[in-house]
Amino acid sequence: MILTINASSGQPIYVQLMQQIRHAIETGVLRAGDSLPGVRTLAQQLVISPNTVVKAYTELQHEGLLELRHGSGAYVSVHRAKKARTDRLRQAKERVKGLVERLQKEGLSESEIHRLVEAELFFTTTNERKP
Amino acid sequence: MRYSMTPDPVLQTHNLTKRFGRIEAVSNLDMRVAGGRITGLLGRNGSGKSTTIKMLMGIMRPSSGAGTLLGRDIADASECRKSRERVAYVAEDKQTYGYMTVAEVIAFTRSFYSDWDTDSERRLLRQFELPLTRKVKALSKGMRTKLALLLALSRHAQLLILDEPSEGLDPVSIEELLLSLVVAAADGTTVFFSSHQIAEVERVADHVCIVDRGRLVADTSLEQIRQDYRRITFGFSTDPPPLHFSNPGVRSVHTDGRQVTVMADNNADDVIERGRSFGASTVESTPVSLRELFLSTVKEDVHHDALV
Repeated sequence: MILTINASSGQPIYVQLMQQIRHAIETGVLRAGDSLPGVRTLAQQLVISPNTVVKAYTELQHEGLLELRHGSGAYVSVHRAKKARTDRLRQAKERVKGLVERLQKEGLSESEIHRLVEAELFFTTTNERKP
Repeated sequence: MRYSMTPDPVLQTHNLTKRFGRIEAVSNLDMRVAGGRITGLLGRNGSGKSTTIKMLMGIMRPSSGAGTLLGRDIADASECRKSRERVAYVAEDKQTYGYMTVAEVIAFTRSFYSDWDTDSERRLLRQFELPLTRKVKALSKGMRTKLALLLALSRHAQLLILDEPSEGLDPVSIEELLLSLVVAAADGTTVFFSSHQIAEVERVADHVCIVDRGRLVADTSLEQIRQDYRRITFGFSTDPPPLHFSNPGVRSVHTDGRQVTVMADNNADDVIERGRSFGASTVESTPVSLRELFLSTVKEDVHHDALV
């Protein structure tokens, strides 16, 4: 990925790097497990102090976006539970939508579907609780 | 990771002074440079940068005051020899032995140091494209600087001190030089270099010390300049009242007609609040570049001297 910095802007260089990496992750340019250039490589590429790169990477690690592995560099975190969860929810929503539409076509009313789903949920959760 | 943010000083001066006849090149300089960083020593020509570095290296004796380099007294010859074992130094004139060829100078220098790294030597030879068989006296200024850099960077020194390394270099060579400094820092070497080029300090340095007329006039991190330094301009619809900014962080206040400009190195929000309480009708806050900080600091100094 291509990172650029402006040395004379009123924003710390490490903040500029953080914003660009965060944006790349949010837009999918960088995906879970992707590696970022090592500290030395990125410092050389941008001709900036290695401390600046360390600071950006460390802050992004605190935010849970990056994982720093000793000696092998920085990776986009795979443990981003929130992101994985929203993906799963979106898929489930599609499936529920399809099922509701089918049941409505078969002539079931809204309240009947409601009761069925609730009863099913109640049944499975109480069953699960039994040892 | 080997680079750290720990602020152990690699060099320190206390009231360091150097007089040449009636001229004071360095006046009561108190400076402290931390390890694990790149620090730029910025100042105009003749501001005392070189004299300071020469005193630190034990090449010049201070007229008064004291200093340490890697914890060792700079005024003591045997202490100096010990610190020099862990310090690589690129002098202002980049002089080496003119009658030797590039290859001979490298072989000669290599024999003095136990921390010599042959891999770095080969890499830098390739990168700098130095002509091995040419005599040093026949090298261009840029080539001579690159040779001096190679000799300094081929060692795993704890501290690298460079006196105006970019002087006389073309833009491509300056970029190569800055890259070498970054690589040295990534390898765990503390870098201290003097320069009168604002842009190169702004680019690679973590920290900057500004000297003017032999005195330290600013000592701050580049991140703090970007994050906290602000120039705040207040506009008034009538002649402004005499403004007193007692807020911490205010470096200077200038009034020009109905405009008042405040330079703050911290707490910009409080300064804005205060200006509004005086009845300012417009407020503008802009970041301060290293160039602006440098010029305003040095200019104030000139102004101050004119008043004395």
